[in-house]
Amino acid sequence: MRYLFYLLPWQFSPTACAVFTLTLVIYVRGLLVLRREAVRVRLWRPLVFFFGLALNYAVLQTYFDFLAQHMFWIHRLQHLILHHIGPVLLVLSAPVPVLRAGIPAAAWRVLRKRGVSGPIGRLWRALQHPLIAPVLFVGLIYFWLIPSVHFTAMLDQRRYLLMNWSMLIDGILFWWLMLAPREAQGACAVRYGMRFIILTAVALPQIALGAYIALTTHPLYSIYAVCGRAWAISPMLDQQLGGLLTWIPGAMMSAVGGIVVLHHALAEERRALARAAPPQRDGSAGAPA
Amino acid sequence: MSGRPVALGALCAALALCGCVQRQLPHHMTDISGLVAPLQFHMTDQDGRPVSAADYRGDVVMLYFGYTHCMDACPTTLATLADAIAHLGAEAGRVRVLFVTVDPRRDTEPVLKRYVNDFGPQFVGLRGTHAQLTRMIKRYRVSYHYEKPDASGAYEVDHSSAVFIFGRRGRARLLAQTGAPASVLTADLRRLLGRPG
Repeated sequence: MRYLFYLLPWQFSPTACAVFTLTLVIYVRGLLVLRREAVRVRLWRPLVFFFGLALNYAVLQTYFDFLAQHMFWIHRLQHLILHHIGPVLLVLSAPVPVLRAGIPAAAWRVLRKRGVSGPIGRLWRALQHPLIAPVLFVGLIYFWLIPSVHFTAMLDQRRYLLMNWSMLIDGILFWWLMLAPREAQGACAVRYGMRFIILTAVALPQIALGAYIALTTHPLYSIYAVCGRAWAISPMLDQQLGGLLTWIPGAMMSAVGGIVVLHHALAEERRALARAAPPQRDGSAGAPA
Repeated sequence: MSGRPVALGALCAALALCGCVQRQLPHHMTDISGLVAPLQFHMTDQDGRPVSAADYRGDVVMLYFGYTHCMDACPTTLATLADAIAHLGAEAGRVRVLFVTVDPRRDTEPVLKRYVNDFGPQFVGLRGTHAQLTRMIKRYRVSYHYEKPDASGAYEVDHSSAVFIFGRRGRARLLAQTGAPASVLTADLRRLLGRPG
């Protein structure tokens, strides 16, 4: 019973419940449909997808959310998961073919008409502009960490939800743009060389902000003293840990992203070579990763 | 490119979001109108009567979470509030301080009664079941945490330091942080008493 308390939502969100359930149902249905059509999905993909989904759910809808509301460094950990680690896992699992197969044909037609070529599609393409996407990615981190903005985001339930959802949605958009193979991105495809530049460009301001927070010698975020911390910890230690989490793992994700991009670039090159001169020894060289 | 107007729209939305930047009032006071939930609760007062927010409609209410064994934060804060109320003169009777105990095990009704009476007739001690207290903690997004007891079994409780101030209709108006001087509080209370909400 005691453990159940920690697993249950601190503040139940019908939106989160609906979004996560729907995603899970569509994905599992997609797996079943693909299996019926004898399309092979490698086992690690669903495992990574479920892990990414579970991680995002856990930081939003368990006791972790209480800790994130009342401890700065856990709040930073929450955003590291919502904005970096969770979306990276979701994108790396290459879920689009499975999700696409999971959406019923009639629903897909409506989605395609309303979404892909409608205003949502246009907004998507605008947000996925190689100049706007990194500005938005870094801008959101900075915006929610402006001390006065952070104060009200922690005080007001609606702003708190807006903050967390904006991080998760932007995280998925940004890491999709960075980590998805070019051929999967359609109209918004970004060249791999450009991605290295963007990944470096977003790492530097995160390092600067994280270092600023960690090295500032007075408390920047008074809300945690005002509303109470989750347990007794010195405000400066809390701030330093939060700063370090913004500084190091946040920026490290750019390095991880770089490795994935390199992998895609090499695979593309291999395929181009294979097309130019058909492989002599084995035919698997051109298989996409 | 069809994305151009949408991109502009997104930029405008981002600028509008910057409007969320809260203006900070001087002297440790923050305007929380529209940010914090209206006053609402069900608890028991220091005389054992079940009370709810409706019982305090018409008064300006200051809400504070603490416990009677608190050595520093609670007595200092409550003394400041008492000082601020004393300077209201004739209007002092239209202000209430709701002191919600986060340590209901030790803060029984008689303990709570003795404690709040020391600060003045405007002070009400509120005590809830675990469920009632949790609801309130979630509603006002505050926390408390029990420290390890010492050899004699005494323990400290970490808790929020905020004083939430509600208008006469129960709408959240101001948040006073530690260090807010009594004179500033008196001026703000007088302003809120002059307003219908």
